[in-house]
Amino acid sequence: MLPTSQKNGILNRREFLKSSSGIALFIGASGIFPALVSCSDSKTIQQQFEKHAITAWVKISEDGQIIIYNPASEMGQGSMTSLPLIFAEEMDADWSKVKVEFSPQESETYGSPGWSPGSKMMFTVGSRTTNSYFNTMRTAGAQAKAILLHAAAQHWKVPIKELSVENSVVSHTESAKTISYGELIPYLVAGETLPDLSEVPLKALDKFKLIGHEIPRTEIPSKVDGTAQFAIDVRLPDMVYGVLERGNLHGAKPTLLNESEILGMEGVIKLVPFDYAIGVIASKLEQALKAKSQLKIDWSSSDASGFNSEEIYQEYEKIANQNQSGEVITNEGDVSKALRNASKVYQADYKNDYVYHAQLEPLNAVIQVSEDLQKAEVWVGSQQGMDTKLGVPGILGIPPENVNVHLQYLGGGFGRRSLSDFVEECAVLAKEVAPKPVKLIWTREDDLRYGTYRPMSLQRIKASVDASGNINAFSHTVVGDGGNLVASGIQNDHYAIPNQFADWRSTTHGIRLKHWRSVGHGPNKFAIESILDQIAYDQKMDPVDLRRKLMANSPRALATLEKAVEISNWAEPSPEGFAKGISFVEHGSLGTGVCEISLNKETGEIKVHRVWIALDAGTIIQPDNVKAQMEGGIIMGISSALKERISVVDGHIQQNNFNDYSLLRMQDSPDIIETVLIPSGETPQGVGETATPMVAGAIANAFLQLTGKYLRHMPFTPDRVLEALNS
Amino acid sequence: MPSYTLSINDQNHTVEVDKGTSLLWVLREHLGLTGTKYGCGIAQCGACTIHVDGSPMKACVLSVDDFSKGERIKTIEGLSERGDHPLQKAWVEVQAPQCGYCHSGQIMQAAALLENNPSPSKEEIKAHMNGNICRCGTYLRIVQAIQLAAQNQ
Repeated sequence: MLPTSQKNGILNRREFLKSSSGIALFIGASGIFPALVSCSDSKTIQQQFEKHAITAWVKISEDGQIIIYNPASEMGQGSMTSLPLIFAEEMDADWSKVKVEFSPQESETYGSPGWSPGSKMMFTVGSRTTNSYFNTMRTAGAQAKAILLHAAAQHWKVPIKELSVENSVVSHTESAKTISYGELIPYLVAGETLPDLSEVPLKALDKFKLIGHEIPRTEIPSKVDGTAQFAIDVRLPDMVYGVLERGNLHGAKPTLLNESEILGMEGVIKLVPFDYAIGVIASKLEQALKAKSQLKIDWSSSDASGFNSEEIYQEYEKIANQNQSGEVITNEGDVSKALRNASKVYQADYKNDYVYHAQLEPLNAVIQVSEDLQKAEVWVGSQQGMDTKLGVPGILGIPPENVNVHLQYLGGGFGRRSLSDFVEECAVLAKEVAPKPVKLIWTREDDLRYGTYRPMSLQRIKASVDASGNINAFSHTVVGDGGNLVASGIQNDHYAIPNQFADWRSTTHGIRLKHWRSVGHGPNKFAIESILDQIAYDQKMDPVDLRRKLMANSPRALATLEKAVEISNWAEPSPEGFAKGISFVEHGSLGTGVCEISLNKETGEIKVHRVWIALDAGTIIQPDNVKAQMEGGIIMGISSALKERISVVDGHIQQNNFNDYSLLRMQDSPDIIETVLIPSGETPQGVGETATPMVAGAIANAFLQLTGKYLRHMPFTPDRVLEALNS
Repeated sequence: MPSYTLSINDQNHTVEVDKGTSLLWVLREHLGLTGTKYGCGIAQCGACTIHVDGSPMKACVLSVDDFSKGERIKTIEGLSERGDHPLQKAWVEVQAPQCGYCHSGQIMQAAALLENNPSPSKEEIKAHMNGNICRCGTYLRIVQAIQLAAQNQ
């Protein structure tokens, strides 16, 4: 029963107060009338979800508190602030009274239509969150405001157009009346009597009071006092612990040789075999880990057996040599003809080794399956997915609505948490010991060895210049496993080159792969930006002048180039022993980066000292947060360009933990990363993955300026740097 | 199962755990002090940094057996009454965390620095903090926050 009197469309104040301290506004994203439901009536809210494709974005209480629901994962990129901020902007909400909570994980209700027309997905990947939810949140916020204004107009019996709102307070100037959103609750009007709100007016950009302003992130205070809850922090009564031994040969099948010995160990509850692992459930985490360490397992061979990552580049070169094209990605003009008639042709191969996500919170989940095995509660830090229930219904053989996902903060994602293998594993374990909840933890070694890496690849570029020194042909072949995982970023949308060709040639090694921050953009932009500087160097051109010409038809890209040139004092030579390099990336947003490096010629160590970025990301929601994303993206880019490397011998992953898989640390970090945001009123574009792929190209180009030598194999470890110096 | 009484954040806690259990699991899974994080288990990342008698230590490689003689253990939960240690305030001020997972450890490591060196140089900060990994890449803001806290102290 709705606690409202629907007869005259007006909420019955007494009924309402009896039942609730707040009200939820269900607002349709596609022209469906809003509905109002008392917050305390969770059953009705549930029914509303089931009956209508409507969206509950906000909950208002009479004390003025406003809860806005965030549909996206929070992994440090700031969605817990940016999306609610967009909503609050259009609602004219008092931001100081806003609390943000995760929305339920129900894509029919909270999915973004921004992925493809008609789709509804909750999926925090590809730097798409702000871009894909921008209009949804604006419209919903404006609809919330319209409902509140409508109520005020009816209450005061004045025309709605005479009302204005600021900071949750509605004013009628003529009568000098004011009323706050909280005070309006008793006068709110239910759906049937409201005007059509599908075409609500949105604010002019210059009226924004929150968007584009420096608003601190909502969840940061909880991240400095230890109270922010990650899934790994969840503790439930009767909870037991699960760990899996997966080995370091991806896809190998285990045969357990000492089952009875393990089952006899203190605290061990159950052994659970997987195709690729042996699972241990124990009362305590330390008992589970001890039992895991004692497992004696005979591993089968796998698809990865016999694969050696160092030697395989020779094969990749042979594949690149073949005349037969792979899957063609770009084919404009006639590259072959242009190359034949060119004044000069440049060719180079670029390589990159596997890299690992290394999100600092190892994979984990907590799942409780009901005793009758028909329901599940899931606590997880996930980047969500096409299946918002993360594979759990399939594992348990129950309908999706019987699975309740409690999204927690993510201790880093970077693409790894868009795969739900760890959630499915936890569901398998939880089913075995239902109704006891199970916390599954991957150790760092598990997380690294059984990781899903950015694939290794080889990039062969052939480019040519005509008699006037203009680049007239560009051919780019990428060889590697994983399709878009190696091919994304291979296109040059902002470089005016008349003849362009790009193809992907497939390999496969049985190594687990996944999107890794900026995906193929990292290796591809490294290759593209490096050969541009090779051409400029050979043609005795300024690398900036060369790019200026290429960007002639792309004023927004060019503006980032010019701004980066300006803030980095590009024209001014670096001090002795230092050099600058430049690189351009498009990944939703457009950015040009400049870095300044020095080199220890004895040890081969490169140090990046300063970085400058000019970014055009369209309308900026949170300027400081965008800068933070640039800083983090650059650090991750330096780390991967200089240090990170997974190697494989006979299919076995050779690294184990942070002792043999190095990440950039504080002493190796640059002193300054300066970001300038280009003012824009265009649609917001993603910023999470634009900085990372700038780095390798900018470093290699600075190295060329400094030494006249080329770095063409990521990571630029000291041995490879010395090899390049001596070449 | 042996019993251990530990002094954590000025309170005594008694736990029954297997001999040799890592202090990190005792804090997190037995006592619910989950602000201290697990990152690597081999003292390489610093996510589990706590103070023992004022010195920063990596809880993941410490055994519970060695801490029941009144050693004063401090975790992020005990750093300040209301999350208002100068470092915590500075951390919020410069918006240092991204995912935030490593930041309890970062703050505990930094707090130990300021105890002994109230106005560290940038180089001293970097050297002292080098054992704490931040995968989101917030290092520059961490340095900034420590400098700000030192100023405000």
